[in-house]
Amino acid sequence: MKSLEELKKIKDKTKKKTNTEKDTSLTRILVGMSTCGISAGAKPVFDEFNTLIKDKELKDISVTSVGCLGECSIEPMVEVYQNDKRYTYCEVNKEKAQKIFDEHIVNGNVVEDYLIGQYRK
Amino acid sequence: MAKVAKSLNEIKSFPKQTRIALRNCGLIDPSNIDEYIARDGYFALGDILKNKSPKDVVNEIKESGLRGRGGGGFPTGLKWELTAKEKSDRKYIICNADEGDPGAFMDRSILEGDPHSVLEAMAIAGYAIGANQGYVYVRIEYPRAIKRLKAAIKQAREYELLGENIFGSGFSFNIDLRLGAGAFVCGEETALIASIEGERGMSRNKPPYPAQKGLWGYPTCINNVETLANVSAIFNMGAKEFAKIGTENSKGTKVFALAGNINNIGLIEVPMGTTLREIVYDIGDGIDGGKAFKAVQTGGPSGGVITEEHLDTPIDYESLKEIGSMMGSGGMIILDEDDDMVKISKFYLDFTQDESCGKCTPCRIGTKRLYETLEKLIDMNGTPEDLEMLEYLAKSVQKTSLCGLGQSAPNPVLSTLKYFRDEYEAYANRTKRTAYFIEEDVCIGCTKCAQVCPVDCIEGEVKKPHVIDPEECIACGACYDVCPVDAILKP
Ligand SMILES: Cc1cc2nc3c(=O)[nH]c(=O)nc-3n(C[C@H](O)[C@H](O)[C@H](O)COP(=O)(O)O)c2cc1C
Ligand code: SF4
Ligand code: SF4
Ligand code: SF4
Repeated sequence: MKSLEELKKIKDKTKKKTNTEKDTSLTRILVGMSTCGISAGAKPVFDEFNTLIKDKELKDISVTSVGCLGECSIEPMVEVYQNDKRYTYCEVNKEKAQKIFDEHIVNGNVVEDYLIGQYRK
Repeated sequence: MAKVAKSLNEIKSFPKQTRIALRNCGLIDPSNIDEYIARDGYFALGDILKNKSPKDVVNEIKESGLRGRGGGGFPTGLKWELTAKEKSDRKYIICNADEGDPGAFMDRSILEGDPHSVLEAMAIAGYAIGANQGYVYVRIEYPRAIKRLKAAIKQAREYELLGENIFGSGFSFNIDLRLGAGAFVCGEETALIASIEGERGMSRNKPPYPAQKGLWGYPTCINNVETLANVSAIFNMGAKEFAKIGTENSKGTKVFALAGNINNIGLIEVPMGTTLREIVYDIGDGIDGGKAFKAVQTGGPSGGVITEEHLDTPIDYESLKEIGSMMGSGGMIILDEDDDMVKISKFYLDFTQDESCGKCTPCRIGTKRLYETLEKLIDMNGTPEDLEMLEYLAKSVQKTSLCGLGQSAPNPVLSTLKYFRDEYEAYANRTKRTAYFIEEDVCIGCTKCAQVCPVDCIEGEVKKPHVIDPEECIACGACYDVCPVDAILKP
């Protein structure tokens, strides 16, 4: 890296792919995959989302493994970012991942039963 | 029905938290440096190398009021200044990622969720103090943190954010990992240095301090993971803004690992000055199972307990010390009415006597004797004289040990003695009940308890008071749960 301009180019390029920019057509699925998340079973959930996306050949959607959000007792946690909307799903397993995928990602119906509001006040 | 919270930022406790050290955790892919850059990563380093002198950097950290998050609370700017002042052609910066406090996982979360924040800060610190080499000392028990750190260092090198002539400034800086075997004493800075040098992890005399003679005898600055995770955020938000958060003498935020009997176990980051009551009841959502709060243990094996009467104390370095506990590195264990304080002390002494490096007598033998005395009391073989001896010995170990491990090892004993002396006395006077007990005048003789007792140790006729045989009772609590009139007392 030689200059701040060079750094800024990377920032601008990546912003589109991350939730730092709001008006994007991209749906981002984030899976908490620190030691706490993985020991709670996040890996099969992460794999499931990847498989489902591949199978359906969906575009404009990404699955990312991220660190811990702090709510260790209700992991695995999955967050879905769509434009400026953010959804936090808790205690997700493979079956729940399928349901979130079918109902929320594909059909646009948020799965209320798994939202964080059911677990935290 | 009320609307359910859709996301983390809609839950009730969210506004109580301020995420600075954890700003990227859970939001970016830690294995992709671009995502860190997208959230302003490495801009502080770039700006500093292009536009600021090392002295400017030290002054800004001083102005921010940042203090060490590894337990001691030493002002970070001052530490950088002291190391910068030393004249030497070689200096080192070390990131202390040993995190030995049982039950704490703040640093691990940062390393796994946002490793670049630590690397960037080390480069900034290196520039400020005049070091070209940094080491992250991390325990081998953190394999995932090690893996992500390695990947992050590799990416930073590929982008030439580490290496020679960074941002064309002429400043060169490299970082390597040094793996520890997971000994608590290796978190102590002089023992950590000995460990990196390939010696046994044993503490050394201070002075000389690491800032004067540290790794291989060269000036060395040691900072904790969380301390470092604050650094680039301070430059991005401005030292003045950062200093607006917190209390008079403790600025910014602190990350805590909430554990024990609390509903919302997890990792939180709150502004300094937040009260313990807010942490336990608002963020932690109170005690699991509706039991009564008894105390919070902070500072792990070096800390002490905070009781109900001090729940409104605002969290900062000084106020926690005043009430006989400490900030510590951020472990916070919530204890309820059923927790036995003497046994809690014994748990910590068991840990410290095992982790003592053995170099000095007060700690090597003292912690062992403290542990044995606690064991004797708990086994109902103790006397009031043992209790006196326990207190005297605890104070001696505190005063005469060589390093922080021994000096702080008696804290759990002394602080529980201060607030829960009656529990120690019950053991010493052998009046401590070890079995459940039925209050004769409350019992209505319904026989429910006798029916559930797994060892058949409850006797009594229908409609007459029942009695528990204390010799047979295994304290399972089954009777307590079924009694319709609350006639049964816990031990
Ligand atoms: C027994 C003992 C264990 C320690 N363990 C750690 C540790 O695991 N991590 C840490 O950062 N500091 C630990 N410390 C404190 C370090 O010695 C040192 O003060 C700290 O790393 C300095 O960084 P800071 O100023 O950024 O907090 C420990 C101290 C003692 C006495
Ligand atoms: S106080 Fe304990 S850990 Fe520290 S040098 Fe002495 S024996 Fe070793
Ligand atoms: S605590 Fe358990 S063992 Fe003791 S009397 Fe009650 S039911 Fe029986
Ligand atoms: S359950 Fe309570 S009231 Fe009934 S016999 Fe036992 S102690 Fe007495």
